[in-house]
Amino acid sequence: MNNSPYFLKPASVQSVMLRVLAALIPGIAVYVWFFGAAILVQIGLASAAALVAEAIMLKLRGKPLALFLTDGSALVTAWLIALTFPSIAPWWLTVLGTLIAIVVAKHLYGGLGQNPFNPAMVAFALMIVAYPQLMSQWPAVGATEFATQLDAIFGFRHLDAMAMATPLDALRTALHTAEAKATVAGVLGENAAVGNIGGKGWEWIGAGYLLGGVWLVQQRIITWHMPVAFLATLFAVAGLFSLIDNAQFAGPLFHVFTGGAMLGAFFIVTDPVSGATTPKGKLIFAAGVALLTWVIRTFGAYPDGIAFAVLLMNIAVPLIDMYTQPAVFGHKNGEHS
Amino acid sequence: MSMLHRLFNFHGGVKPAYNKEASTQQPIAVSPAPTFLVIPLHQSIGGTPRPLVQAGDKVLKGQRIGEADGNVSSAVHASTSGTVTAVEMRLMPHTSGLPALCVVIEPDGRDEWITRTPFDYRNATPTQTRDYLRDAGVVGLGGAVFPSHLKLNPGKSGKLDTLVINGAECEPFITCDDVLMRERAEATVKGIAIMREMLAAGRVLVGIEDNKPEAIAAMEKAVAGEKDMAVIVVPTRYPAGGAKQLIRVLTGIEVPHGKRSTDYGVQCFNVGTAYAIYEAIALGQPLVSRIVTVAGNVEKARNYEVLFGTPMADLIALCDAKPDTDRLIMGGPMMGVRMPADSVPVVKATNCVLVGSPILFPPPPPEMPCIRCGECAKACPADLQPFELYWFSRAKIFGKAQEYNLFDCIECGCCAYVCPSHIPLVDYYRFAKSEIWAREKEKEAADEARVRYEFRLFREEREKEEKAARLAAKTAAGREKAAAALASVDQPTTTPEEDAKKALIAAALERAKAQKADAAPQNTEQLTSEQQAEIAAIEARRAEIREMAKPHLPPDN
Amino acid sequence: MISAILVMALGAIVLGAALGYAAVKFRVEGDPLVEKIDAILPQTQCGQCGFPGCKPYAEAIAKGEAEINQCPPGGEEGIRKLADLLGREVKELSAEHGIEKPKAVAFIDEQICIGCTLCIQACPVDAIIGAAKQMHTIVADQCTGCELCLPPCPVNCISMEPLPESVETWKWKYPVFAIKPATKEVA
Repeated sequence: MNNSPYFLKPASVQSVMLRVLAALIPGIAVYVWFFGAAILVQIGLASAAALVAEAIMLKLRGKPLALFLTDGSALVTAWLIALTFPSIAPWWLTVLGTLIAIVVAKHLYGGLGQNPFNPAMVAFALMIVAYPQLMSQWPAVGATEFATQLDAIFGFRHLDAMAMATPLDALRTALHTAEAKATVAGVLGENAAVGNIGGKGWEWIGAGYLLGGVWLVQQRIITWHMPVAFLATLFAVAGLFSLIDNAQFAGPLFHVFTGGAMLGAFFIVTDPVSGATTPKGKLIFAAGVALLTWVIRTFGAYPDGIAFAVLLMNIAVPLIDMYTQPAVFGHKNGEHS
Repeated sequence: MSMLHRLFNFHGGVKPAYNKEASTQQPIAVSPAPTFLVIPLHQSIGGTPRPLVQAGDKVLKGQRIGEADGNVSSAVHASTSGTVTAVEMRLMPHTSGLPALCVVIEPDGRDEWITRTPFDYRNATPTQTRDYLRDAGVVGLGGAVFPSHLKLNPGKSGKLDTLVINGAECEPFITCDDVLMRERAEATVKGIAIMREMLAAGRVLVGIEDNKPEAIAAMEKAVAGEKDMAVIVVPTRYPAGGAKQLIRVLTGIEVPHGKRSTDYGVQCFNVGTAYAIYEAIALGQPLVSRIVTVAGNVEKARNYEVLFGTPMADLIALCDAKPDTDRLIMGGPMMGVRMPADSVPVVKATNCVLVGSPILFPPPPPEMPCIRCGECAKACPADLQPFELYWFSRAKIFGKAQEYNLFDCIECGCCAYVCPSHIPLVDYYRFAKSEIWAREKEKEAADEARVRYEFRLFREEREKEEKAARLAAKTAAGREKAAAALASVDQPTTTPEEDAKKALIAAALERAKAQKADAAPQNTEQLTSEQQAEIAAIEARRAEIREMAKPHLPPDN
Repeated sequence: MISAILVMALGAIVLGAALGYAAVKFRVEGDPLVEKIDAILPQTQCGQCGFPGCKPYAEAIAKGEAEINQCPPGGEEGIRKLADLLGREVKELSAEHGIEKPKAVAFIDEQICIGCTLCIQACPVDAIIGAAKQMHTIVADQCTGCELCLPPCPVNCISMEPLPESVETWKWKYPVFAIKPATKEVA
C-alpha cells in the first residue's frame, strides 16, 4: 500500500498529451482551409506509423503496452512531424521520419521522458538533410484538390504544377542565389503565394497555433516563459536587422508568423522532456532557439531553422538547468546552509 | 486590525479537497479510558525518556513515568491513575511496524490526579521554567513533537520581534486546532501570553486559514484585551500551516533549513501547544491528553480529548468505522503515516486518526516515467526542483540530491499530489534522506573506529618502547641484556613473565570449567548423539576459524 | 615550414611551462588516494582482507597489490564505491575473504568470562573494558563487529549479536516500481 499523500490530483500524462493535441486543432483547421486536406492524410500516416513503432518498441523493451501506448506521447510526436513536413511529401517520407523519431530519437534513448533531443525535430533534421528536395516541396495556396494531393502523396506523378517553395524558402533562395539586386520587398511582393505578414495562408496557420498555444498556457500545460522568450527574441533580432537593412533582412512580423515559428514557440520549443526546466532556463533556452533559428533562416542553407536550432539548444539543456537552479526557500539572499 | 496586516505569499502549494465539515459538527467529546493504556516512552524529538516505574507500581494521573533523557527530550506521564502491568516492547504508531519500550497501565477507574500546583513562572528563572515544562512533557502538538522548552528561549538578544501562533491547520480532514480555538480560545490565549512573556516577544500574530470562521471569531474575541496580539486571517492553501510557510506569510521572513528561527527574530508555536502550556503552568497539569480528530471513513467523525496511550482501535470504535475500512493513518492525507495495526496507541504526535478505505484513498494509478513537465516545481512550497531530486534519489546519487537541497524538503506531498505521472516522489525523498542519515552515522562510527585504532597502534608502540626502556633500566647486567630484551620484543618468545601469566590463565580456566560444570551440568551431560555431533562440528569450525584468524592478527598479538 | 615548426615549438614550450607551473602550484601533499580509499573502508579493522587493518589494505589497493573485493564488512556497496573511485571493474565479493553479514556487535557472557584479558588485547579499537581476573564487557557503541575477539577467548564466552532494527534506525525502503516488478535491468 502506498504512503502519503494518499490522494492525488486527477492528472495524467495522457490528459497532458491529449490537451496538447487538442490545442493543435485550430492551426490544423486553418492549414486544411488554405492548403487542402492532404495534411490530414499526413497526420493519419504519421499517427499510424508512430503507434505501430511505439507498440513494437514497448514490446521489445518489456514495457506494459496498454499503459504506454495510450499515453498520447507518440501521437504528439507524430502530429508535429506531419505538421512540420510538407503536406504533399510522399507517404514514405513521413513514415520514415516518424519511425526515426519513435525508434531512434525516443526509444533508443530510453523511451518516454528520457530522450535528450526532441524526437520530431530529429526526424525533421535527418529528413531534410537526406531528402532536401522532397522536404522543400510545399503545396501552393489554393491547390487544394484532394485527388491531386493524394496522387502526390501516394503516386509518382510529377509535382511541379502544384508544388512551390514556402515564402521563407523563396526569400532565402532569392537573396542568396539570385542576383544581388533581389530585395525582401521585391521577392515577397512578386510572389503570388505571399501574403502581407508571414506569407499568404501561413500567417493564418500561425494565428491558429497561437490560439491553441495560449489555451495551453491557460490550461497550465506550458508556462508563458518559452513562447514569450522565443517570439520576443525572434521579433527583436529580426526587427533589429531589418532596421539596419530592410532590403536584405525580412521584418520581424514576417519571421514570427512564417514557417514553423508559431508552431515552434508553443509546441516544439516547449517539449518538457528535452527542454530546460527552470524558469530562467526556459527563457534562455527559448531565446537561444529563436536566435539560432533566425541565424539559420537568414544565413543557412535550409528553408527553416527551427529544427536545427532546437537540437542545438537541446544539447545545452543540462548546462542551462544546472546554472539556473532557482533559489531555495530561505536561501534567496545568497545564503547557503 | 487583521485587515491592515500585510500578508506575504509563499511559492507553490495546492488546494486539495478539505473535508473538514464532518468532524466539526459536534463539540469536543471526552474519550473514555480504555482497558489498558500503552504509553510509549519515546513521544518527542530527542532522547528516549528513562522509565521511572516498573510492573506492579501504582501510579496517579499526571505522575511522571518517564524521565527526560538529557535536555533534548521530554518527560512522559501516566494519563490516568492505575497499576503498571508491564514495561515492555510494544508496537509503535510508526510506519516501520517496529516495537519500542512502553509503559502499560491498567486504569483503576478513579482517574485520580497527583497534587496539581500551578507554576509561578514569574518568580522563577527562565531555566527553571524551561525545566518545569520539560518535566511536564510539553511538546509541539502540531505533529512535530519538538520539546517546547527548547523553543521558549529568545536567544542571544534576549527578546523576540514576533511570536507566530499557528492555527492555520492546512491539512485536509484535520480539525483539532479548529475546535480547540472555538471552544478553548480564552485558555489558549492565556497560554500564548505566557509564551510571549517568556520570549519577551514584541508582537504576537495568530495565523488562521480563512476556512475557519468560527475559530477566527472566537480567537479574535479572546485576543481583544491583549496588547499587540492579533488574529491574522490567511488564505487557505496547503501547506500554509507549515511553520516556515506561515512565518513567511505573516512576516515575510524565510527561515532557511537548519537555522534557528529566533535568529531571524521570530518563533512559531501551534495553538495546541499554547493550550498545553497554559494547562502545565496555570493549572499545574502535565501533558496527559490531547484533542484528536477522528475522520475519514467513519459514520460519526468528531474530535475527542484522548488520553495518551489509548489504543486507536478504542477511539475509532466510538466513531463507527465503515466496513470497507482498510487502513488507519496518523495525521492527514497529505503527510500522515500509515499505522501498522489499530492496536497502536494515541501519542502526543497524534493530531488525527484518519480512517481510510479504497474508495476514499484509491490506490494510485500506475507510475509513469517523469516527463519533466515541472508541475512539481510549480507546487513546491520550498522552491525546490522536485523532479531533479527524484532523478538523483532514484539513481541513488545522494551527493547530488543534497546539492539540490534535498534536506530543505518538508515532505508536504504537494509534488506527488500534482504529478501527472503518479510518481511517489516523497517516497524517494524519504528513502534518500534516511539513506543519507544512515550513511552519515556509519561514517561517524567508522571515523571513530579509525581514530581509536590509530590510537591503539600508537599506544602499543609507546608501550613497547616503555617496556624496553624499563627492562633496560632494571636489568642488572646492563646494556647487553637490555639490547637482548629489545630484540626479544621484536621477535616475541616466551619470557618467564609470560609463562607465569599463562599458568595463571590455565588455573583460571580450570576454575571456570569447574564453575561451569557446577552451574549448568545439564547442558553438557546426557546429550543425544546428534547433539554431540553438532557440538563436534561447531568445535571443528571454531578451530578452523582460529587457524584462519591467526595470520590476520596483528603480528604483535 | 619553418614558421609552422616554430609555432608548434612555441606552443609546446608555453603549454609545458603552464603544466609545470600547475604541478608546483597545485601540488597535493601526502597520498590522497590512500586516504580516499581508507575513507571508503568500513574501519572494522577485522583483517579479513588479509592485511592487518583497513589502512594497510588501503595502501595495498593504492599500490595495485590487492583487489578491491576483499572486504566483507564493506560489502557490495563498498566494492562499488572503490570501483567508482579507482575506475576499476565492479567484482563479486571474494569468497575466500568471507561473506557479507548483517552488522553485529560482540557480546560477552558475563557468567562465563574468566577475566583473562586476551580479548582486550585482540580488540583493535579498544572497545572492551576489563582488567585481569575482572569480568570484561564490550562497549557496544564502539564495537565494529570485527570478530577478532572470538578466537582468543579460551572459554568461548563471546558471541556476535546482530543489531536489531529499531524505530530510530529504521530506514525508508527504495520505492517499488509498479511498472516493472522485481526485474533487474542489466546495465
